Amino acid sequence: MAISLMSGKVTVSATVNGEPTEWLCEPRETLLEVLRDRLGLTGTKEGCSNGNCGACSVLLDGRLVNSCLVLAVETEGAEITTVEGIRGEKGLTPVQRSFLEEAALQCGFCTPGFIVAATALLQANPSPTEEQIRWWLAGNLCRCTGYDKIVRAVQKAAAEMRGEA
Amino acid sequence: MHAIQYAAPRTLQDALEILQEYGAKARILAGGTDLIVQAGTGARSVDVIVDGKRIPELMHLAFDPADGLTIGAAVPCCRIYEDPQISRRYPGLADAVSIIGGMAIQGRASVGGNLCNASPAADSVPALIAYRATALIVGPKGEREVPVERFCTAPGRTVLGEDELLLSLHLPTPPPRSGAAYLRFIPRNEMDIAEVGVGVSLTLDEQGTISGARIALAAVAPTPLFVPEAGDSLAGSAPTEESFRRAAQIARDASRPINDIRGTIEHRKHLVGVLTRRALERALERARQAG
Repeated sequence: MAISLMSGKVTVSATVNGEPTEWLCEPRETLLEVLRDRLGLTGTKEGCSNGNCGACSVLLDGRLVNSCLVLAVETEGAEITTVEGIRGEKGLTPVQRSFLEEAALQCGFCTPGFIVAATALLQANPSPTEEQIRWWLAGNLCRCTGYDKIVRAVQKAAAEMRGEA
Repeated sequence: MHAIQYAAPRTLQDALEILQEYGAKARILAGGTDLIVQAGTGARSVDVIVDGKRIPELMHLAFDPADGLTIGAAVPCCRIYEDPQISRRYPGLADAVSIIGGMAIQGRASVGGNLCNASPAADSVPALIAYRATALIVGPKGEREVPVERFCTAPGRTVLGEDELLLSLHLPTPPPRSGAAYLRFIPRNEMDIAEVGVGVSLTLDEQGTISGARIALAAVAPTPLFVPEAGDSLAGSAPTEESFRRAAQIARDASRPINDIRGTIEHRKHLVGVLTRRALERALERARQAG
């Protein structure tokens, strides 16, 4: 056969939070498992492991994905951003700061996923309507806040990033 | 997930060679939003995963007024609705792909994968059928084309042979004065699997009479269900409430749903009637706007 299959442990190289990173993993391991268990990036959370809850949201080549639905071997050569890679020049980003100021979290388990998803939203659309925010974040579940505070936090961060706050 | 073997071939030929060697043990990976869950839970037994996303033909998306729309089997949903020309020409398909999961799903999940997963509730399939889409299949003996309404054979099963893969979907250019729509009902506001889905397309003649229509249903049969007699009942008719009601009744009678966690037989049949009528109304609006 012209192409050989990978099995056992394989080497994968990707850029993680701006750093060239190489790891060994089995083809069956998801990106979520590798981030948490092999790279120690435990900010990304495991909720449902089937793409419903969004707690494992990361950016893959700039696009929002559920890391539980990506095999780590698929990310060869890719750029991955986790919540650990989202940071401002002076500490927190406007999204992170407004989540704190607006109390847009309670237990905090879903928060990294929301921060990643909201950051991706504001990159794609700096002035989202409330409906657009709710639509974009529909893939992230929060069982504490009832979502209103999260929506307000995203609106506030968006205004700040547009220079209006 | 039990141990698997993996390959990310860069050519179609390499992918086909792997399928020839491993047959039913191998599975093509597109967006992974179904396959990785199924392999993880053991719902589908997979030993070899073949990533199709590095094969250029599987990632090809192109529209040409003469040839229509070609969607490589691994093209993610987002690329369809983010393309202004494609979403304007194929609004019924854009309807469907923009409600499959949330943003994180739409960045990965593909229309080709939605079809190959062969869920009776797949949102994109009724829209594809409404648009007369065909599936281009490639195997060791060459290529063959199958109308999408004949692609799924049972829940989770398709016409694909063990050594074949879905290369692309082809949607002809809709004729002038055409419109289409996909509507679905789910128990939640967003992010759920269809209790019923309805995809329709219709074309008007110069006098505004319906010259042809197609209606296909999701989640009311073991496979996506094309109801040719419902669309045919509209041919030659004026697009009136009465003719839409008649077509909706035919679709309702053709549906054969089951009771399950998302709905009852009775509720699903009711929904087929309501959604067919509404989808026809939306398609009519679009046909008139298309001019």
